[in-house]
Amino acid sequence: MSLAIANMNPHFEDVMPQEYLDLIKNGPFGKTKTVGDLGSFKELLEEHPLCAGCNLALAFRLLMASLPNPEDSIMVGSTGCNSLAFPQLALHNVHSLFGNQNAVASGLKRALKLRFPDKTKDVVVMAGDGATADIGLDMTLHSWFRGEKITTVMFDNELYANTGGQESGMSLPGAVLNMAPTGKKFQKVKVPDLAVVAGCAYVAVVSTAKPKQIGQCFKKAILVARNIGPTYIQIHTPCPTNMKLKPADGIKHAKERVKTDYQFREHMTPEAEAYLKTLEPAKAAKETAEEVTK
Amino acid sequence: MPVKKPELKEVSTEYMLFEAKREEQFITGSEAVREAIRRANIDIAISYPITPQSESMHLVGDLYAEGYIKEYFRGENEFAVMSEVAGAAMAGVRTFTATCGPGTLRAFENFPMWAGSRLPIVIAFMTRGINAPLTIQPDTIEMGFLLDTGIMMLHAENAQELYDMLLMSFEVAEQTTVHIPIGVFVDGFFVTHTRQKVKVVIEDVKLKPYNPALAPVPHIDMETPPFRYMKDPFVMKSNFISYAAHASWQQEILASAHRAKRHLKPYLKSFIEQENPNAPIQIVASGTAVAQSREAIMLLKEEGIEAGLVKIKMLRPFPADEIKAALANAKTIVIPEFNRTGWLAREVASVIPNNDRIIPGPRVFGGMTMPPDVIVQVVKEKTLVGV
Repeated sequence: MSLAIANMNPHFEDVMPQEYLDLIKNGPFGKTKTVGDLGSFKELLEEHPLCAGCNLALAFRLLMASLPNPEDSIMVGSTGCNSLAFPQLALHNVHSLFGNQNAVASGLKRALKLRFPDKTKDVVVMAGDGATADIGLDMTLHSWFRGEKITTVMFDNELYANTGGQESGMSLPGAVLNMAPTGKKFQKVKVPDLAVVAGCAYVAVVSTAKPKQIGQCFKKAILVARNIGPTYIQIHTPCPTNMKLKPADGIKHAKERVKTDYQFREHMTPEAEAYLKTLEPAKAAKETAEEVTK
Repeated sequence: MPVKKPELKEVSTEYMLFEAKREEQFITGSEAVREAIRRANIDIAISYPITPQSESMHLVGDLYAEGYIKEYFRGENEFAVMSEVAGAAMAGVRTFTATCGPGTLRAFENFPMWAGSRLPIVIAFMTRGINAPLTIQPDTIEMGFLLDTGIMMLHAENAQELYDMLLMSFEVAEQTTVHIPIGVFVDGFFVTHTRQKVKVVIEDVKLKPYNPALAPVPHIDMETPPFRYMKDPFVMKSNFISYAAHASWQQEILASAHRAKRHLKPYLKSFIEQENPNAPIQIVASGTAVAQSREAIMLLKEEGIEAGLVKIKMLRPFPADEIKAALANAKTIVIPEFNRTGWLAREVASVIPNNDRIIPGPRVFGGMTMPPDVIVQVVKEKTLVGV
């Protein structure tokens, strides 16, 4: 978008809600923000209604603080807890059906390329593990096979949270959950491996236990999707509500798991790696410039 | 090697339908789809194979190779294709796709979503039977399923109507006060796989492009404020405001279809057509059942029995007033259908007084044809007992 669109006619200032004024005056549009800047600018997500201690909400905020170009970022969500937060996000976003998020994003990305051939429009899918690995797995994979230049993020809370804690393909083997009364009988679906095989140019497995890593990987994923091919980020986002934990214990669970079976993983194609290397001098120069300015 | 596309001049729908130079060609229904889409200025078409629809979308693919369409690909299944088309329409471009039968059902959840999202998608359905047992044969049963999805529904009798209905649908669907999907239905095989004379536009013209600025809802492009629609979302909340928001939005979709009528009428001329309106026996039909009914009326006439015809061209919104008026003086109403459920008979029964005047018409399905004498036989058996 033209940044002028984000600005407001001064005559409206007295009737617009305070948070909208804050967003225009002190939001991330036209600026480069990072996870480290949280607390110093107006976030895109306004007063989300998710549970106390929700790690999906935390991951959502971390991602939204790390968008390289929020003013030209288009988000596609899916049915799940994320669909309660999305309407309160100050970016154009779609909820259409459960599981079709990567198909919708494919159509969106191609159409935006036709309408705005000279602009970069980053299309980002953010959906839960049920949407990505169960009901929408075929569309997730086919968008990767086709090489759609979109970023797919999975919020992996290892169960269906919004419908009340049922087993998902991403649940741990043996986990006793609704619809798995005697424990889950099969392993977690290996979506990161599938992503590699399906042709994703960049794949990362991260956790809310490592907030800065989420931001860094997400930025890389968007830049690679823009220039090389599809990218995938899987974020461990434990759900204290359905795990019957105290709100603060969700993040504790993430911190334990990140040391054991939910460790950081990153994969990139040689092409993506070469591309990301080309950004490093520019990034270094920019950081130096910022240091000098400070 | 694809032939290079000539430069096409943008023209109005009115010019395309009524003034542009046409030539009579002996082509299949699938080829009529290609000829309509050639002139429709489509941005993105997305395809998925299913018999008897496939050939239409092959030919649309040829148009892409020739440069008439900007983007085209084969999706992974019908549910995905309808979602991909939705994404493209949400981003503000003109789209086209087609499917039929099991594909329609596979995609089903998308159709109310299209209407609810106010997407002006034009889609062709080349109707076919539903499994099981496995069938690929002609059958209009899917139309009965689609009646309450919120999409507008036109039913073509032949390839000429298919061609014209497709070309008129884009402008109607894209009106600011409409902006909902239109399905153009045609009986698979009977129309898609037979050759008929079709008057096809041969001037180097195309419809004017879709104008995203006229959409009643903002496109998902980060170009149109507001970027946040609401602070307290009405989705999934258990309170009256939430229910009222959903209810009023749904009513608005129904209202959009009714508002479409005045845009459609100049092109379609009428929502029903009549022959022998004063005859005491009236045959009501849509699609190729109309052609068979015409034959039946001729056969009946040879035997001295006067029967009339009410051809229904639009199923949604249902032209209730027109049908009620057309059948006001009918003593007996026969409704032949290419399906098992008799959805058209139910629709007609729901809008006319004394609906016991309707007698079950011949219903053929599973791929059977409907010879005119079957209609004649029903008319004679059911209406002339004791005469």
